[in-house]
Amino acid sequence: MNKDITQKLGFICLSLCALITVFFLGTLIYFIVVRGAGAISWQFLTDVPRKFMTQGGVAPAIVGTFYLTLGSIMIALPLGLACAVYLCEYSPKSVVVNIIRISINNLAGVPSVVFGLFGMAVFVKFLGFGVSILSGCLTLAIMVLPSIISASQESLMAVPQSYREASLALGATQWYTIKKIVVPSALPGILTGVILSVGRVAGETAPILFTAGTFYMRGYPKSIFSEVMALPYHIYALMTEGAHPVAQTKIAYGCALILLILVLTVSTLAIFIRQKQRSMS
Amino acid sequence: MKIKNVTKFKENIYRGIFTILAFASLFFLLGITVILFKEGLPIFQKVSVFDFLFGRYWYPTHADAEFGILPIMLGSLWVTIGALGVCVPLGVGSALYIHELAGYTQKSVLKPLIEILAAIPSIVYGFFGMVIVAPFIQRTFHLSVGLNAFTGSLMLGIMATPTVCSIAEDALSFVPKSFREASYALGANRWQTLINVIMPAAGSGISTAIILGMSRAIGETMTVLMVCGGAAVIPHSFFQPVRPMTATIAAEMGEAVMGGAHYHALFAIGLILFLFTLVFNIIAEIISRRFRVKLGLGR
Repeated sequence: MNKDITQKLGFICLSLCALITVFFLGTLIYFIVVRGAGAISWQFLTDVPRKFMTQGGVAPAIVGTFYLTLGSIMIALPLGLACAVYLCEYSPKSVVVNIIRISINNLAGVPSVVFGLFGMAVFVKFLGFGVSILSGCLTLAIMVLPSIISASQESLMAVPQSYREASLALGATQWYTIKKIVVPSALPGILTGVILSVGRVAGETAPILFTAGTFYMRGYPKSIFSEVMALPYHIYALMTEGAHPVAQTKIAYGCALILLILVLTVSTLAIFIRQKQRSMS
Repeated sequence: MKIKNVTKFKENIYRGIFTILAFASLFFLLGITVILFKEGLPIFQKVSVFDFLFGRYWYPTHADAEFGILPIMLGSLWVTIGALGVCVPLGVGSALYIHELAGYTQKSVLKPLIEILAAIPSIVYGFFGMVIVAPFIQRTFHLSVGLNAFTGSLMLGIMATPTVCSIAEDALSFVPKSFREASYALGANRWQTLINVIMPAAGSGISTAIILGMSRAIGETMTVLMVCGGAAVIPHSFFQPVRPMTATIAAEMGEAVMGGAHYHALFAIGLILFLFTLVFNIIAEIISRRFRVKLGLGR
């Protein structure tokens, strides 16, 4: 039976595709975990880099990544949430909404290095913030804005219409309804979006190349106007600069593992929360 | 009456604030466009648009500087096509597998797993490509350098696979069950149904996935910066080092003198890159809208 043989062959091909995908990604995680585990120690996590990045730890990079992530989410979250609230609660269905929606989609597709160029021209140069935590946070915030808007929008739309109607029927104003009923009900979903964005921001390198990052720092950043080390940038620096490839590669493995653990934990958490929520509703 | 007016006033203020903030994305998108034009266009006072786009030599730091970005654009093109060759079969194939063959348990593990993997930062792919894949490729194919267009394509393709797979799987799951039942009723087997009925029905969704994957591949920076080798010459084979547009910007912006010709040239490359991805996104948008109409999914 020709038809059955084709089916069998086709299904084998599909299984092979899935298998290769899982194999590749599995290999990647395996190598980073196995080789990175050797580099990580208490000192690695808490010490500053020593002897031209060949010894010591990466604590300033961890702290820097933390600052950049926190800062950019603190900027992007209120803005993104406000935008989503407008689109879901206030907007009349109109051309304006369509324009905003299209611009969100297109902003989401802009390459990360272009955000870096924009940040450099506007924040570093034009506004005079220099290469600093502030410039980096602002650049990253713009980059991550579309995903925060979409996540918030999705969860605001999932709030049952009857909640809004009940609140308005009780005499609450629209703003009061949004503040006390709609946003609190949508909060878990918004949180999921934020957590996913944290993973994305923490791993981004290109936008901070010319806006915030520095190769090497002995201490910690002093203010929001100082340069900062970040884990992803540190990996890049270790692999492309310096004169001790072997020692540096080992440290880079350690950084990659920390970054991988951070990002995977964060996104697993977000997806877990979302699935739990979906099964509840 | 007075209290009611005050309340109404306050409501209007809130509405106004939200309306203004809602335009942030549009504002930033326009801002990016303006900045790229403003900082990129001055290069065309030095070289003509034609010489810039089709010039064969990129020597921005020479005394007698040349700004031809043809080798750089070709670098991006090769690597993107190579990446598509990896991520389309793997991504779409995996999506079809998850949709058709995976049982309930496999599905509930694979779907979130793929999504989690899509979150792995590009720098990690770049690092992995540099320390593990490139030496392996070099040894296997007896090459002088392991960091080349082939390795770059491979890493980019693998990186884009989870994204493509995730979106394609969504598109497949939107196809109404009745399509499948009708096909079975006509005597088609599972494979025939999958290839001739379900895939075409989800076709525009799958194309959207591929275009978004492509857009991701062409805009990706750190991976290509680390694994493509970085030679700005016109590539003749897949095993030669190349330097895509993103990598050029990332690698050279640090050394370029602010406001100099090199600086403007890099912004002009950014502008071209931006326009490319804009076009891809608009195409993806149009296709996905048609898809929704076709399957009756509303807006």
